[in-house]
Amino acid sequence: MLKEERVQIAKRVAEEFETGDIINLGVGIPTMIPDFLGGKEVYLHSENGLLGIGPTPPEEEIDMDLISASKQPITMSPGASLFSSSDSFAMIRGSHVDAAVLGALQVDETGRLANWAVPGKSILGVGGAMDLVAGAKKIILSLTHQSKDGTPKLVAELTYPNSGLRKADMVVTEKGVFRFIDETMYLVEIDENITVEELRKITDAHFEVSSDLKTMNQ
Amino acid sequence: MDKVISPKEAAGMVNDGDTLLVGGFGLSGSPLSLIDEIVEADVKNLTVVSNNLGEEGRGLGRLLKKKQLKKAIGSFFTTNREAVRAWADKELEIELIPQGTLAESLRAGGAGIPAYYTRTAVGTDLAEGKEERSFEGEKYILEKAIKGEVSLVKAVKADKLGNLYYHKTAMNFNPEVATAGNIVIAEVDEIVEPGEISPGDIHTPHLYVDYLVVNDRYVKEGGRYVEKNA
Repeated sequence: MLKEERVQIAKRVAEEFETGDIINLGVGIPTMIPDFLGGKEVYLHSENGLLGIGPTPPEEEIDMDLISASKQPITMSPGASLFSSSDSFAMIRGSHVDAAVLGALQVDETGRLANWAVPGKSILGVGGAMDLVAGAKKIILSLTHQSKDGTPKLVAELTYPNSGLRKADMVVTEKGVFRFIDETMYLVEIDENITVEELRKITDAHFEVSSDLKTMNQ
Repeated sequence: MDKVISPKEAAGMVNDGDTLLVGGFGLSGSPLSLIDEIVEADVKNLTVVSNNLGEEGRGLGRLLKKKQLKKAIGSFFTTNREAVRAWADKELEIELIPQGTLAESLRAGGAGIPAYYTRTAVGTDLAEGKEERSFEGEKYILEKAIKGEVSLVKAVKADKLGNLYYHKTAMNFNPEVATAGNIVIAEVDEIVEPGEISPGDIHTPHLYVDYLVVNDRYVKEGGRYVEKNA
């Protein structure tokens, strides 16, 4: 995917947050979000045991005893705290984290999601995905609208193994923003370069169009 | 009681067929010297409980490479391609559990709690065969505690009593692992006198720790642990 599309998604997700929010960011696009928070002060939670991720360190300050859940070197922001894995997951599973921004392989039209395994491939990695899906107060999915071969990721029904019973609250792609209300998917914002009709052609999931449809990132 | 032993003596406490609980998140906070010693001790048919299996040829990846492992229990193995290959070739059993369940099951194992209910993984492939029960209208699955014969943890510093201080996010699973083994061995970079670690800074109190081993194989350079003489 183009860098500008990734930026568009990250920028839009960043708008969702308010000062004071506790946020857990998954791998991929979510890691770009801190660049677009503007002046909003949020606290980034890392499931390997840190609340308060700071900026990426310069090479000479790298300490691999201080890494993110993606095993990248990080720093600590003022007021950061360190804790063990079970404490970290108590925060997630006990619903103390305001929002989790996750990637997804598929999301269905009711908000159920699949983000850990591909059918027919070895199922050997789940990490904290299911804990976040079950426990975060709000689930925001950030993903490209289609896979590389053009297959829709927003589907009528999941064909990939699901990540839990819990459903997403919101989906942000480079084409639009969707929210779920009573298990119905609503298009609330659309990219300026696509029409609703064109969007339906690349979306397998049924969605309603919000009466208050806006243009994305404007 | 003097808890300080040699790495070789520590490795001698691991027997064929044991379940080893090992701290670390990838190579971060992983007891690398102890693992290397166990590789050389050549024990077999081990079950390892750890978030990952290190990396290819590094950390726990070395036990895999030497075919000393029968089974791995953890949350993320795809970053070690050799683990994926060994699993596909049926040389290694893998039990995949969510990361929070791994941490909580170890905590429960050390806290005398045989099992507990959680919402994580309900309705997924990873809940297959697990008892499901509803509390206040929400579904939960029963997860069992994890215990093992030997726990291996890594702390940056210990005092002679066995009180442990972990460094930043290298703490990760180590505090839980230190509670859940019959024998608990801590690898540390430095051993100081009791009182030198401020009581409020002690993450794992000494009653959990049976033996201390000084890391004699790895030094920290440029923020990374590298092998001495490598």
